[in-house]
Amino acid sequence: MDKTIGSAAEAVSGIENGMTIMIGGFGGSGAPIELIHALIDKGVKNLTVINNNAGNGRIGIAAMIDAGMVKKMICSFPRSSDPRAFTDRYLAGEIELELVPQGTLAERIRAGGAGIPAFYTPTAYGTELANGKPIAEFDGRHYVQERWLKADVAIVKAHLADTYGNLTYNKAGRNFNPLMCMAATRTIAQVSKIVSAGGIDPEHVVTPGIFVDGVVEIPNPQQEEELIRAGVAYA
Amino acid sequence: MTVDAQPINTRDDIKLSNAQIAWRAAQDIADGAYVNLGIGFPEMVARYQPPGRQAIFHTENGILNFGEAPPPGEEDWDLINAGKKAVTLKPGAAFFHHADSFAMVRGGHLDVAILGAYQVAQNGDLANWRVGAKGVPAVGGAMDLVHGAKQVCVITEHVTKDGKPKLVEACTFPLTGVGCITRVYTSHAVIDIQDDRFVLREKLAAMSLEELQAMTGARLHLDGSVADLVVPQL
Repeated sequence: MDKTIGSAAEAVSGIENGMTIMIGGFGGSGAPIELIHALIDKGVKNLTVINNNAGNGRIGIAAMIDAGMVKKMICSFPRSSDPRAFTDRYLAGEIELELVPQGTLAERIRAGGAGIPAFYTPTAYGTELANGKPIAEFDGRHYVQERWLKADVAIVKAHLADTYGNLTYNKAGRNFNPLMCMAATRTIAQVSKIVSAGGIDPEHVVTPGIFVDGVVEIPNPQQEEELIRAGVAYA
Repeated sequence: MTVDAQPINTRDDIKLSNAQIAWRAAQDIADGAYVNLGIGFPEMVARYQPPGRQAIFHTENGILNFGEAPPPGEEDWDLINAGKKAVTLKPGAAFFHHADSFAMVRGGHLDVAILGAYQVAQNGDLANWRVGAKGVPAVGGAMDLVHGAKQVCVITEHVTKDGKPKLVEACTFPLTGVGCITRVYTSHAVIDIQDDRFVLREKLAAMSLEELQAMTGARLHLDGSVADLVVPQL
C-alpha cells in the first residue's frame, strides 16, 4: 500500500463542482496553500467551504472567493487582516455564510468523523446563533443541539506522512486538520516530507492513516502570513 | 415629568488605564491556574502576573503554556495564538487539536477566562461579539469560552466612549452568553455578579459611591465593606 500522490494537481483532481470541501488551518497556520492554489488552477465552482476563517488577502481561500468558486462559507470568524475578498461578496449578497462558534465548529466536524449525528452543547444557548435549533435541559442547565458536519473532500496540511497516510503536524498548525481528516469522504494531506512505513514512531502519530486517502509531498510549503506580508495575489 | 438631563460625570479624570485594569485582574489569578485571555485588551493580563505565580495560558488554536511574541523576523507562523499573532513556547508547553482545545473549554477544565465586553448585565449575560445587524458577523470562540471556565471575568471601561453605561440591567446588543459572567474589572471598580445582582467589591477611592452608581446602568449592591481599588502606576 502506498498513498503517495505525485502532484498537487493530481491530489485535487477528484474535486468537482458543488462539492462540500473542508480546508484545514487556522488563519495561515496549518493551511494547505499549495492544494488550495491547485484547486484554483482546476477551477471548480459552487463549492461549500468549511474552514475556521474565510480567507485573508488575495491568496488561499480568499483567492478561491475572488475566483468565484465559493457558494457558501461555514466558519467561525470571517475576518482577517485583509478580509476584502469575503466581505465584498458577502455584503453584495453573492456568498452565503453559516456562522458557527469555533468550538461548536470543531465538535461538529469531530462528530461527523465519529459517526455522531448530533450532540448538545451549552455554547450559543440564548443567543441568535441558537435560533431554530432544538434545546434540551440536562441536570438543570440548557443545551443547544448541534448537528455533525461532513464533507466530500478534506484538504489539509501536515508535517510528516508515511506511505500509509499516518500524519504528524507542525506546532499549532495542527488545529482543525486532524478533525477534518476524519470527517470527509476523501482526505488529501499535503506534507513537507513523505517517509516510508515505519518512518514515524507510532507513539508520535497524530492522525492515523485510516483517516487519510492520499498524501502529496510539498517540500518547504508557503506560509499564508508571509505571502500576505509580501502582497502576493494568486490568480 | 421632564428632567433636565445633566451630563453624568463619568470621572474620566481618575479612571484606570487598560494596563491598570489588566494588572488588577491579574492579581486574582492563582499560581498554576489554566487561563484563557480573549483577543486584544485581555491579552495584557499576561504581563502582570504577580511575582512567584505562573499561570498557564491556553489558546483556542491548540497551545497550552505559550509565552511572549518572538523578536521580529523570528516568527514561526505555525506558532500563533487565537489572535493570529506569533507567540513562543514556555517549557512544559503542549499542542492539541481544536476539538481537544474546546473540550478543555467546554469541559470546565480552565480555571479562568477573561474577555472584553460591549455590555454586561446584572444577571451575568454578556454581549461582546457584535453591536448590530450590519457588516460581517464573526464570533470566533467567545460563545464557547463563556460556558467553559470555572470563572468567566470581563475587563472593560466602566462606560462607553460616549459615556453610556456598559454595566446594565439587560443587554441590548446581541448576546454572547446567558448568565455566564462572574466578575467584572472596570476602569473604576471591581464588581461581582451574584444572584442576578451587581455586588460592588472595590472602587476608586477618589470617587463616591453615588458617582459610581450614576455611571452604572443597574443598581450596585453592597455586601459588607467596599475596598479601595488600588493599582500601581504602569
